[in-house]
Amino acid sequence: MKDPAQVIQDTTVRLLRMAATKLPQDIEEALKAAHKEETEEIAKTQFAAILKNIEIAATGVPMCQDTGIMIFYVKVGNKFPFLGEIESALEKATVEATKKTPLRPNAVNPIVGGNSGDNTGRKIPWINWDIVEGDSLEITAFPKGGGSENVAVLGMLKPGVGLAGVKKLVIDNAMNYMGKACSPNIIGVGIGGGADIALKIAKKQLMRPLDDSHPEPEVAAIEDELKKALNATGIGPMGLGGKTTVLGVKIDYAMRHPASLPVGVAVQCWAARRSTAVISKDLEVEYLTHPVEEK
Amino acid sequence: MAEYHLTTPISEEDARKLKAGDVVYVTGEHVYTARDEAHERALEMYGRGEKPPVEFEGSVVYHVGPVAQKRDGKWYIVSAGPTTSIRMELFEDEFLKKYKPRIIIGKGGMGPKTLAALEEVGAVYCSFTGGCGALASQGLKEVRAYEWQDLGMPEALWVITAEEFGPLLVTMDSHGRSLHDEMDEKVEAKRKAIYAKLGIQQ
Repeated sequence: MKDPAQVIQDTTVRLLRMAATKLPQDIEEALKAAHKEETEEIAKTQFAAILKNIEIAATGVPMCQDTGIMIFYVKVGNKFPFLGEIESALEKATVEATKKTPLRPNAVNPIVGGNSGDNTGRKIPWINWDIVEGDSLEITAFPKGGGSENVAVLGMLKPGVGLAGVKKLVIDNAMNYMGKACSPNIIGVGIGGGADIALKIAKKQLMRPLDDSHPEPEVAAIEDELKKALNATGIGPMGLGGKTTVLGVKIDYAMRHPASLPVGVAVQCWAARRSTAVISKDLEVEYLTHPVEEK
Repeated sequence: MAEYHLTTPISEEDARKLKAGDVVYVTGEHVYTARDEAHERALEMYGRGEKPPVEFEGSVVYHVGPVAQKRDGKWYIVSAGPTTSIRMELFEDEFLKKYKPRIIIGKGGMGPKTLAALEEVGAVYCSFTGGCGALASQGLKEVRAYEWQDLGMPEALWVITAEEFGPLLVTMDSHGRSLHDEMDEKVEAKRKAIYAKLGIQQ
């Protein structure tokens, strides 16, 4: 009989290692395509370095020294039998992966100072819980770098500015940080709900596959429009000029209060690291983003 | 755009030869990591008349908080891409004037105080592609010392022997030129047209 806590922990250790060392395929392909498209020498050099880095990282080295603050998105079926094991297994996995991968210790106490040394501490790893119909558990490891997180913004806009105001916030933010968040970026936008809800929605968009458009055509059209506008700025990779400033813009929304237009803008660096696995009620594991290669 | 292969310690004369757009590869024993806290500590020591554990003059100061690993009693740099340099704008000018490093490496560029200090001291700022920690670690061959460990792994002063570490793109030189400032202007010039296309009122 398998130990459910151990299965969840072992799976998560692998998720954290794979996330740190190998990009999801769609991201890697988009970066390769962007490299081909550039004509300026400096932009080409930036993409060449990124692609070479990805190659070296795939041998088991964290692609970026900022291996992020540990965030998980967990979708747990209402009939998954081991709900009580998840939280402590994710925490133990974080400690283990920090040592083994290795990951940089990135959990700092904001009140008394000091780095915990193992990427855990009060409320970290942070777990986003989703309870869904079913009997399995889906875990996504989403380590988030500091540089791109530092340029996230929240706009509590006046509803009168409308969608043009939303677009302005996204454009102004990108022109303000000028690629310093390791562009090309993925931009997540969350509209409505409330301050916290808008930002939560925004961040969740960063996990959508690049070829995924919003199911509602009005939203998909804004995603496309903003992607083109951001690439037209010429900010380019690392803010040093070029054709690709963003790999994608992903938007979702919630209904808003009549008096509020909250807009969250989340930013992902090119090292868009995420790794997902599903654990069945019988503790069978399937890795979705990083399948185990048969030897 | 020229390519240079420099060995530390780097002279003021060599640093002044470098121009924005040039590419540099660095080799040598005077390569140090320093982020916010290491800068502050070095400046505090200077203020107290104490000598830091390394020779900064002619050195390469890299804005990075590396992932390092100890294997068989020896430290190795595993992944070490640049951190955002603008945070160090608070004290980089003073650091440059007091310690005279010749190359500062980071990402995103720095501000006017640093640019002026580069000109005064004879030094350059180089950009290494952000996020490329695995690639960077290939040029950071040996950890000779791990100083100021109390600051924690990312903030500590790592003393490194580099071998052909690069490509480093000179983005701020000692002649007053900053590619970052030039990019800001180029992008700003497009704002109006982009607003118009999106229906944004100025």
